[in-house]
Amino acid sequence: MTMDRRQFLKGVLAGGAVAATAAPAPAEARGNLTMPPQAMGLLYDGTLCIGCKACVAACKESNGLPPEFSTEDQLWDTPLDISGKTKNVIKMYKDGTGDHKDQEKDGYAFMKHSCLHCVDPSCVSACPVSAMLKDPVTGIVTYDEKDCIGCRYCVLACPFDVPRFEYDKAIPKIVKCELCNHLDSPDNKTRFQYSACAQVCPTGATLFGPTAELMAEAKRRLALKPGTDHLVPRGKLNGADWQMAKAAKYVPQVYGETELGGTQVLKLSAVPFEKLGYRALPERSFASVSETMQHSLYGYLLFPAVVLGGLAVAAKRSMRDEENQE
Amino acid sequence: MSNHAHPAPTPLGGPLVTSLTKTMALLIAIAGVILIVRLFFGIGAVTNVNDGYTWGIWVVYDVMVGSAFACGGYSVALLVYIFNKGEYHPLVRSALLGSLFGYTLAGASVIIDLGRYWNTWHIFTPGWANINSVMFEVAACITLYIFVMWLEFSPVFLEKFEKKDLQKKLGKWMFLVIALGALLPSMHQSSLGSMLIVLGTQLNPLWQTLLIPLLYLMTAISVGYGIVIFESTISAIGFKRPFELGILAKLSKVMWWVVLAYLAVRVVDLVVRGAIGEAFKPNVIALMFWIEMAFFILPAVLLANEANRRRPDKLFLSAVGMMTGTFLLRINSYLVGYETGEGWSYFPSLPEIGLTVGIIAIEILGYVVLVRLLPVLPKHEAAAAK
Repeated sequence: MTMDRRQFLKGVLAGGAVAATAAPAPAEARGNLTMPPQAMGLLYDGTLCIGCKACVAACKESNGLPPEFSTEDQLWDTPLDISGKTKNVIKMYKDGTGDHKDQEKDGYAFMKHSCLHCVDPSCVSACPVSAMLKDPVTGIVTYDEKDCIGCRYCVLACPFDVPRFEYDKAIPKIVKCELCNHLDSPDNKTRFQYSACAQVCPTGATLFGPTAELMAEAKRRLALKPGTDHLVPRGKLNGADWQMAKAAKYVPQVYGETELGGTQVLKLSAVPFEKLGYRALPERSFASVSETMQHSLYGYLLFPAVVLGGLAVAAKRSMRDEENQE
Repeated sequence: MSNHAHPAPTPLGGPLVTSLTKTMALLIAIAGVILIVRLFFGIGAVTNVNDGYTWGIWVVYDVMVGSAFACGGYSVALLVYIFNKGEYHPLVRSALLGSLFGYTLAGASVIIDLGRYWNTWHIFTPGWANINSVMFEVAACITLYIFVMWLEFSPVFLEKFEKKDLQKKLGKWMFLVIALGALLPSMHQSSLGSMLIVLGTQLNPLWQTLLIPLLYLMTAISVGYGIVIFESTISAIGFKRPFELGILAKLSKVMWWVVLAYLAVRVVDLVVRGAIGEAFKPNVIALMFWIEMAFFILPAVLLANEANRRRPDKLFLSAVGMMTGTFLLRINSYLVGYETGEGWSYFPSLPEIGLTVGIIAIEILGYVVLVRLLPVLPKHEAAAAK
């Protein structure tokens, strides 16, 4: 059999076309993943937050994390950001004189930063060894150091810069909020029953519950006329603990409703989210874009197999030509 | 892979202990000390990587750039075996040797950057392997390619140790080995670009494009030719061999076409996506983009003039331009154009650079020793005289 280059190229093209039509499944675009049936999460309402950082302390206690110092005396646990030692922080926004709470100009505001438990998480898509997983029922994004190779692709990939790494350890691991799912274990010896940050929050700013119900609660607050007195649940939804609050002049947006296909941790604020470190993000998840690309090229290894066939024919011909020259 | 239409490759011979090899050995020893510190005190003890820039030069240079610079063998094999251009055959062995070293070291050095390196085997193990992860494809494919390359190169060892039977058996299947050697780098060199897609809007639109895998692949192929020209120039000077001008002039024309095609795809993509505006903002990112582009434009302009393709200095300059552009495309897309949040910065630390330099030293030392001991470079009268 002899074959010139034109024939070879034709063969490759034809093979590619066959592969493309015979395998519609891998070439199909993968849409965003959808919210798991019993997705759990948090609602953080920055307008209720008083910046007491009880949630930061409780998170450390619940997760057995060491203190982190940022003051000269090195006495108080004063993390400035999440890190290999801190899974949850309260950050503060300040403008001008900083006189008025929840005001963009000459005001200040609080923002909680911890894992948002994306509906379609980039970290889970990126992790080459399934150390980052999304629970199919609760949707909690978990991490298991026993599986992890420490490549930190999750750190790079996360659009919220959430997974952190222990750079100072010989045997390091990734550190991120797992919504205190370890408390479900029968040998839970802590004083916490659910996400510690929510359980200790004195004002109801951080609330634990099913994401769907948290979303309804967030929408209820957004619909209120600013200044209206209303009852807010404290700790978790459907609990016994309630208290009075005044409706704030919210930014009309629940952060996490649409961002990258949604997150299970939702946020409300009276200061634009952009100012608080939460950028505007598209609705299509980055994970779905990446996986669509990857599976279009490599689904069932069909395309590579066809190309390999073409390459093998070409290589065989070249080597024979070479021998003939001898 | 034997070819008798061209001068047969022969060992170069000559001294192994020279001031060059001694310097390389010293650099490797320093890197060894840095590695020990890293193993006992963690990655942060010797590098400047942080949670904002978690991948430093140990990944972006050692793996992304290092493996691209190791594409000489792939690019020349494409020409010789896939496009049946037998006239480039004398380049195959030395190009392949450079690739063998580049890839083996890229693969080995990434383990140094893995925080939990003892779990590396999880990537290749069902139950752990995540086929949705672009990194899984890269890791599996690079590992496989390293094995394939050792097979491609094995005739050199078999010749040396006169294992004729084995060489004959392998020869029968060599076409398949070569086909794999052309397929696998096409896959993982493009995937090294695809790994950026999941970063989404954290990456500047100058680099965040669905065509990034194609851009990575095209630069990997063209830099493969650049590296061959670069290495040939250096070894002509270093080993006092005649400069293979005829064949390199022709090769530079191939490189020229690939870099032209690359520039066309790059610019059209930027314009069609409307990202070109980013290039005219008064910031460092735009500046770095233009520097990157300038180094690709350099060989495109230089090699347009046919007379330049026959001038060793211009050929060398084109190759260096090609390499610097390829280097910058990777540095820009993984570091300069990436921002995960405000307030982060990264520049490699001295020990971090030291380890990377040590890896480059292993490549140089290995190359020098092997071309002296094994039949890699084509025989020349001057070389025979030593």
